[in-house]
Amino acid sequence: MAIGYDEVEVGTELPAQSFPVTRAALVQYAGASGDFNPIHWNEKFALEVGLPDVIAHGMFTMAEAVRVVTDWVGDPAAVVEYGVRFVRPVPVPNDGTGSVVEVTGKVAKLLDDRRVQVDLLATYQGQKVLGMAKAVVRLG
Amino acid sequence: MALDPSFIGRTYPPTEPYEVGREKIREFAVAVGDANPVYVDPEAAKALGHPDVIAPPTFPIVLTMRASGQVVQDPELGLDYSRVVHGDQKFSYTRPVRAGDRLTVSVTVDNIKSLAGNDVLTVRGEVADESGEHVVTSVMTLVARAADEKAGE
Repeated sequence: MAIGYDEVEVGTELPAQSFPVTRAALVQYAGASGDFNPIHWNEKFALEVGLPDVIAHGMFTMAEAVRVVTDWVGDPAAVVEYGVRFVRPVPVPNDGTGSVVEVTGKVAKLLDDRRVQVDLLATYQGQKVLGMAKAVVRLG
Repeated sequence: MALDPSFIGRTYPPTEPYEVGREKIREFAVAVGDANPVYVDPEAAKALGHPDVIAPPTFPIVLTMRASGQVVQDPELGLDYSRVVHGDQKFSYTRPVRAGDRLTVSVTVDNIKSLAGNDVLTVRGEVADESGEHVVTSVMTLVARAADEKAGE
């Protein structure tokens, strides 16, 4: 059930989502992505290099955030551009619960060729963790 | 600890082909918690017009980060990897990565600069399929934090 270009306008909101981030998820992501930087799983190392705790892979947060877009459009192939700036790390405590990243999105621009720009807002404890988070999406 | 600016504009030959498997895509989709059937079910992918399962939008980082190692781990560059954080990331897609693809990455050093004492390195990876057609471009900026700076900027 694809979203049509004619169904949206500037300001159209995408369904918001919350994404849990646990230590186990970071280990699993490290394995799947091949990014074994110890700041994402080794608390001692993370503290030694000045981080507040183990932090989530920026790419993990980036992968979660775009789900607000892909779940909205249905076919992820509709995403033609996707970029973010990693402005603040997401600390992930070893408490069995982890952290939560909240993501909202809205249509910011109508472009040519039935494309739209979606601006995403990803926050952890009310603070923005991704800056300039934008996806260009081709609609039906 | 400035990086060697002579690396700007340097290009690297295409990497050996990376063969994208269905199970690798499944592993990645599960790791990011994404249950979209188009990543795991070939029939669901075909229903949307794809020849096989496709990969999530950020999957190309699996290839492009590895390929960027050619630059990042070159001792001549002078990057202290223990202080590196990912600054920003952008993908521009011609089409999604899909199972069965044999992909190469051609790496270029787009820029090197110093910003508030931090070393900033921008590496572009052009991902192409077996016939040489463009699939996706990744532009990744890495920031090596100055040694005395507190993390988390």
